[in-house]
Amino acid sequence: MSQDLHLQTLTQLAVGLGNGTFSSVDITEALLDRIESHNGALNAFITVTAEQALADAQRADAARASGNAGPLNGLPIVHKDIFCTRDVLTTCASRMLENFVSPYDATVVRRMAEAGAVMLGKSNMDEFAMGSSNETSYFGPVMNPWNLECSPGGSSGGSAAAVAARLTPAATGTDTGGSIRQPAALTGTVGLKPTYGRVSRYGMIAFASSLDQAGVITRSTTDAAMLLGVMAGFDERDSTSINQPVPDYVAGLDKSLKGLRVGIVRQHFDAGLDENCGVAVKEALALLEAQGAILTEVDLPNLELSVPTYYVVAPAECSSNLSRFDGVRFGHRAKDAEDLFDLYCRSRGEGFGAEVKRRIMTGTYVLSAGYYDAYYLKAQQVRQLIADDFRKAFADVDVIAGSTAPTPAFKLGAKTDDPITMYLSDIYTIGANLAGLPGISVPCGLVDGLPVGLHLVGAHFGEETLLNCAHQYEQATDWNDACPEGYQ
Amino acid sequence: MSLDKNQVQHIATLARLRLAEGESAETVEKLSRIVDFVDQLSQAATDDVVPMAHPFNETQRLRADEVTETDDRDHFQENAPAVSDGLYLVPKVIE
Amino acid sequence: MSGQWEVVIGLEIHAQLATKSKIFSAASTAYGAEPNTQACLVDLGYPGVLPVLNAEVVRMAAKFGLAVNATVAPRSVFARKNYFYPDLPKGYQISQYELPIVEHGELFIADADGNEKRIGITRAHLEEDAGKSIHEGLDGYSGIDLNRAGTPLLEIVSEPDLSSAREAVAYMRKIHSIVRYLGISDGNMQEGSFRCDANVSVRPVGQDELGTRAEIKNLNSFRYVEKAINFEVERQIELIEDGGQVQQETRLYDSDKDETRSMRSKEEANDYRYFPDPDLLPVEIDAAYIEAVRATLPELPDAKQQRFIDDYGIREDDAAILTTSLLLADYFEAVAGATEGKAQGVANFIIGDLSSALNRDGLDIEQSPVSAKDLALMLDRIKDNTISGKIAKEVFEAMWAGEGTADEIIEARGLKQITDSSAIEAIVDNVIEANPGQVAEYKAGKDKLIGFFVGQVMKETGGKANPGQVNAILKDKLS
Repeated sequence: MSQDLHLQTLTQLAVGLGNGTFSSVDITEALLDRIESHNGALNAFITVTAEQALADAQRADAARASGNAGPLNGLPIVHKDIFCTRDVLTTCASRMLENFVSPYDATVVRRMAEAGAVMLGKSNMDEFAMGSSNETSYFGPVMNPWNLECSPGGSSGGSAAAVAARLTPAATGTDTGGSIRQPAALTGTVGLKPTYGRVSRYGMIAFASSLDQAGVITRSTTDAAMLLGVMAGFDERDSTSINQPVPDYVAGLDKSLKGLRVGIVRQHFDAGLDENCGVAVKEALALLEAQGAILTEVDLPNLELSVPTYYVVAPAECSSNLSRFDGVRFGHRAKDAEDLFDLYCRSRGEGFGAEVKRRIMTGTYVLSAGYYDAYYLKAQQVRQLIADDFRKAFADVDVIAGSTAPTPAFKLGAKTDDPITMYLSDIYTIGANLAGLPGISVPCGLVDGLPVGLHLVGAHFGEETLLNCAHQYEQATDWNDACPEGYQ
Repeated sequence: MSLDKNQVQHIATLARLRLAEGESAETVEKLSRIVDFVDQLSQAATDDVVPMAHPFNETQRLRADEVTETDDRDHFQENAPAVSDGLYLVPKVIE
Repeated sequence: MSGQWEVVIGLEIHAQLATKSKIFSAASTAYGAEPNTQACLVDLGYPGVLPVLNAEVVRMAAKFGLAVNATVAPRSVFARKNYFYPDLPKGYQISQYELPIVEHGELFIADADGNEKRIGITRAHLEEDAGKSIHEGLDGYSGIDLNRAGTPLLEIVSEPDLSSAREAVAYMRKIHSIVRYLGISDGNMQEGSFRCDANVSVRPVGQDELGTRAEIKNLNSFRYVEKAINFEVERQIELIEDGGQVQQETRLYDSDKDETRSMRSKEEANDYRYFPDPDLLPVEIDAAYIEAVRATLPELPDAKQQRFIDDYGIREDDAAILTTSLLLADYFEAVAGATEGKAQGVANFIIGDLSSALNRDGLDIEQSPVSAKDLALMLDRIKDNTISGKIAKEVFEAMWAGEGTADEIIEARGLKQITDSSAIEAIVDNVIEANPGQVAEYKAGKDKLIGFFVGQVMKETGGKANPGQVNAILKDKLS
């Protein structure tokens, strides 16, 4: 029995806990063992909080015994190391925060803990979530369990690899341009990025504030729905969090797809998309159609500008958001500074990696005197055009479907020389961030033994529709049960 | 290349980033490629388009004027590289 | 020299808003706490934290806008002003840039000729204050205290309508009294709650375009504003007349040396890279909100001044002085309402004896040891001739020292005025008899000597004789 605990989804584990088949301590011990055996090869974790996890599991079991089990009682969770965790190292995969112990919990972390979840550790990621391959981490790249020579994608690569390798059934992630959905696609997991404002950003170390959104990576849509129900909701500490009731996402999964209008972007299957990925995605679309969905073409004429738009808006916000890392109140501080200017320049020069510095500089440039109108303001206008395209499209369709990523997992090092090539990894996901829309990636096939993801984007607060559609697809296939060799 | 070494140095100074010796040439090259790439935005017709700063047209919520935070200085300063008598220390600032 | 040059001044006044908590966090704004004990995670700019706007600052800014006849913006936006400085924890200050909450206001001051002069208020915007740096006693380091970081500020920017240091001070005083009337700032300049930057330039009379301006930073008293501007104006004129050019730069006023000097730094020119703060949404204010705020506006200094002139019949300059502070104005009205004496007399006494006693002891009007009621009683005793104006000064000092009410002091010290004509006549007779030489001179036409005789009578009576009666009797007897 306990040998296969790692193969169970959160939903299955919840049943077992409820029946008393096993305890939270059993689950926690089993998963900590798996992390111990496999993390060396995967590098999916920056911190494993074994002691705290076991103590929390004991508390969860005691709470259940006394009839006080919360909705996630005793269930394991891994948090991306971008979420602040009280009294636990929170590095954002940066040398800048190598020794930073957060004095507080992010709202997401607090809500999950209050619901009874047991944190196993903090997952590796691209430094400050800036990257699409997990190679910018100060703590080294994460390996894809489907092929250790491949990247698991990024920036939530550690979370995705850990879930794919069955080291945890679920992990949190953040998605600024595709950082949950792209690694989910590349690791054969489910990745959900909610509507901007659906989940509080408080305590999530900011990369690009108007784009960042917290979400989850799981092995089933039901698990994603269950976790979203706990994470979502208004937070008075986040001015951009939206005060809207949180529906029961799990209850909405079983609706039929009959009549669901699925939009396909006209140019989506043209150049740029790997041919085999295209085949897998088309098969998935055919299956949705077979389930009663109506496929229609939609036009998003400005979407082709989403990547350049993103690479102005996100760096601009990041250049300002990361100014607080100055070596004064927390974080890396250069030794023997000559003066204040030297302290700033060297602390930041040493503390940040090359990609983070590039983005800070790009952002500084596009906001600087003489360039603001040509770049930043222009990008904000194009962003409006892209959002308008989506608004118009969602008048006619309920979800927009396509491939999550242009290719399956790529080799580590394959794209590190050219930032633009790397940036284009997010070409299909960035639009949802610019428009603030929810998106989900679900496994829809294997190409040369590597997973492919079906990407669904919904209208604002359309998570129920999105999850329902993804769930119905998932029920009709078994791609989400596919497990990389050696991790069964 | 769209950016030269001096421009990149100016940006680095504004951003308070010291680039190591080896980093400089690579940074000029890669930043230039990024700038060239985002230059394609100039093709978009955006006359009269309202710039979009937020995904939603929501308005700012206001917080009641109440003090609920209490002193936790010692805890917060555990992360500080240099403090003395509760003050954060930096190299002397001359005004 | 000054005849050929025109001075152009604009002020940026920073008024700390009198809220309990900070503009974007729930930490206390109280002054004087131990370093960094009122700096919460938001104020410290910790990773992951977010700002949430204090409702009270919006209300206060709207109130100010209405008080200066400005437009309160239906939509205003917070922006980030990016620069690095140790007292600025996030590396940016949250401020308002393109869409401030208040625009196009005005107020009126008296110019050098006493004529009313309109001063435009370009805008007033909300922003957060920075922390403080401490440079002394830290052995090669500066220490950063972030208690003040995040305190709400209203930055009030004038048009360059001010033409002299005197006008600048008059304008600043006016703003000072308005924010205090409104109860939106304590205006405490020692604690830095009310301070200003002055943009100063000069140009030859008749020239249309403005001269290059220098910005003098952080002036925290009316006196420094006046001195710093006067110094700066002279410096610029001398510089130009000597063939030099004014540099656009930031300068600091050194009160010890009474001079301004350039704040040179090795950093290049600032490029603040303003952009809308993505962590905050636009602030929207509707007409109902504005009307609700308008309903809470108190009577403002100008209106009160006019009412004092109309209703109490006091002099305009006295009304202006009495209305600079709401508490002083209230004190005046309390005394004037309670005494039988004339309002002008009340004004004279408050502006004269009471104000100098307050100044001497470093007290504010609300700390006056003599209450409005007690002062009214004392003024009644002048009115009913129990004491003279001169004796009143002695009575007042005794009241100030806590010796009791006017009546108690008059009684205890035997200060009751002598109004018995026969008693005064007897003393007058003695004085005339003792000073035959002066009597002769007086009679020969030296009228001024009447003062001498009055003085002698007063001396004899210990100042208690009624001066009017003494005068009349003397004139009668000497004629």
